Amino acid sequence: MDSAHPAFRLPDLTTHTFPAWVRADGRKGIRNIVAVAYLVECAHHVARRIVQQSGRDDVHLIGFPGCYPNAYALQMMQALCTHPNIGGVVLVSLGCESFNREALASHIRASGRSVETFVIQNEGGTAETIRKGTEAVARIRADADKAPRGDMHVSELVIGTICGGSDGTSGITANPAVGRCFDALGAAGAACIFEETGELVGCEKIMASRAITPELGAELEACVQKAEAYYTVMGFGSFAPGNAEGGLTTQEEKSMGAYSKSGSAPIRGILKPGDQPPTGGLYLLDVVPDGEPRFGFPNISDNAEIIELIACGAHLTLFTTGRGSVVGSAISPVIKVCANPETYRRLSSDMDIDAGRIMEGRATLDEVGEEITALVLKVAGGGESLSEAMGHQEFILTYKAFDPTGPACLPLRRA
Amino acid sequence: MTMSPFILLHPDDNVLVCRARAEAGQSAIIDGEAVPLPVTIEVGHKIARTALKPGDKIVKYGAPIGSMIAAAARGDHIHMHNMKSDYIKSHTREATGHG
Repeated sequence: MDSAHPAFRLPDLTTHTFPAWVRADGRKGIRNIVAVAYLVECAHHVARRIVQQSGRDDVHLIGFPGCYPNAYALQMMQALCTHPNIGGVVLVSLGCESFNREALASHIRASGRSVETFVIQNEGGTAETIRKGTEAVARIRADADKAPRGDMHVSELVIGTICGGSDGTSGITANPAVGRCFDALGAAGAACIFEETGELVGCEKIMASRAITPELGAELEACVQKAEAYYTVMGFGSFAPGNAEGGLTTQEEKSMGAYSKSGSAPIRGILKPGDQPPTGGLYLLDVVPDGEPRFGFPNISDNAEIIELIACGAHLTLFTTGRGSVVGSAISPVIKVCANPETYRRLSSDMDIDAGRIMEGRATLDEVGEEITALVLKVAGGGESLSEAMGHQEFILTYKAFDPTGPACLPLRRA
Repeated sequence: MTMSPFILLHPDDNVLVCRARAEAGQSAIIDGEAVPLPVTIEVGHKIARTALKPGDKIVKYGAPIGSMIAAAARGDHIHMHNMKSDYIKSHTREATGHG
C-alpha cells in the first residue's frame, strides 16, 4: 500500500505550490469539472444519461430534486456551480418546476464560465434533450479546457473535514490526526472547515473557549444549543446504530471524538452553507437549519454535509471513518482516513490513510498527521484519491432554511 | 512485544478503551492489577477502571460523556446497557423504523 508515502518528505507549506486552474474571481481550482445539473427530480434521468453519454470522469452529475422553491437550494447550486473546481455547467430543467434556472444560469455566466440550459418540455422530450445536452457537454468541456493555468499556494486551499461511520477508535486515531493536519495547513494559511454542530453536543463550552472573540464564543455555544434542540425534535441525535456497535455509547462521547478533528487552532468564525471563509485558519460550518425544525433531519446522510463543505469552497474533504464509509463526492475529491485497524484490513482498497496503526502502536499521531498533510498536497496537485479513482461522485442536496450569517459569526474580513 | 489491549486516554478517566479484541476470561491490567474480563471486549469499546454506581459520571478524554444507569465492577463492559447520555437519547438498530 503506498498510502504511507514513506519516501515523501513534507515540503515547506508556506512556499510549496502546485498547478491549478485560475478562475475569473481570482480563486483557483484543483480540478476542472464540467457539471451537469438537474433542477428537479423529473430531469434527473435525462441529466444522468447526458453524463453517461459523455463517457468522461471529469463530467459530474449534480442536482436538486424538489419542485417547490427553496432559497437555500438556489444559493447552494449557485455556490456549487461557481466552485473553483468547476469549469462549466449544463443545466437540465423539466420546465414546470419552481427552480429559478434563469437566476442560476446568469450567476454562472457572470462568473466567467460557460453554461447552457436545456428545458425538456421545450426541446422535444427525453431523447432530444439527451442528444442536445451531450453535444453541449462536449462544447462546454472544450471551453473549460481553455481555462488558464497557474500556480496555487497552500494558503489558497480550502479543506473540509467530516466523520462518518464513527466508532470508539475515531476519536483516538483518525480524528486527532486530521486535527494535526488542520493545525499544519491552517498555520500555512489554508482555510480549514469542520462541521456538524449536532456532533459537537457536549463540547460547546470547550469549543467556545477557542473563539477569537467572546461574541463568537457565545455564537458557537448558541449554534450547538440550536443543534441539540433541533435533533431533540427529530427524536434522534446524530448517532447511528453502527456508532454503538463500534463502542460509542452516547452523543457526547461521539462528539468529543469528532471535535478532535478541529485540531488546536483558534476558531475564526462560523460559516453557513455557501459562505466562503473570509481568511485562512479554522472555521466551523453550522449545518443545522435556523428557525422551527422544518423539512426533516439537518443532513440525511454524510454526503449532504460534504456537499455543504464544497459549497463553502472546499477543494477537497478529509473523511474520517471507523466502521468504514466508502463514499466520495462530485466536484471535490474525498480523502478517506480510516481510524480502525480492523476496518482498514477489511476495506484497505477504499482507505487512503491507515490511522489505525496508531491504535496498534505502529505509528504516532504526529506521523499520521504528516502523512495526511502530504496526501492533501498530492491530491491538490492532481493525484487521485482512492474514492475518486473508483468513480465515487455522490451528490445530495435537499430542503433547508437558514437566516443570514450574523455579524458576530465572522469577525474577520478578507484581507 | 505484548501490547496491553486497553489504553487510558486521560489520567482523569474512569474507563479504559479497547485497542485489540480481548476475550472473556482474559485479564486486563488496570492500574497495575490483573482483572479478569467477564465478557469479550471489541476494539473501540470501554471497560470500567473503577467500580461504578448508578448516577456516576463517565469520564473519557478527561471529559464527561454520560452517566451510569446501573452498577458496574472494575473491568466490566461499559456501554448502552449500563450508561446513558446526559443530552440526547442514543438509538440502536432496534429503535429505528418508528422515527
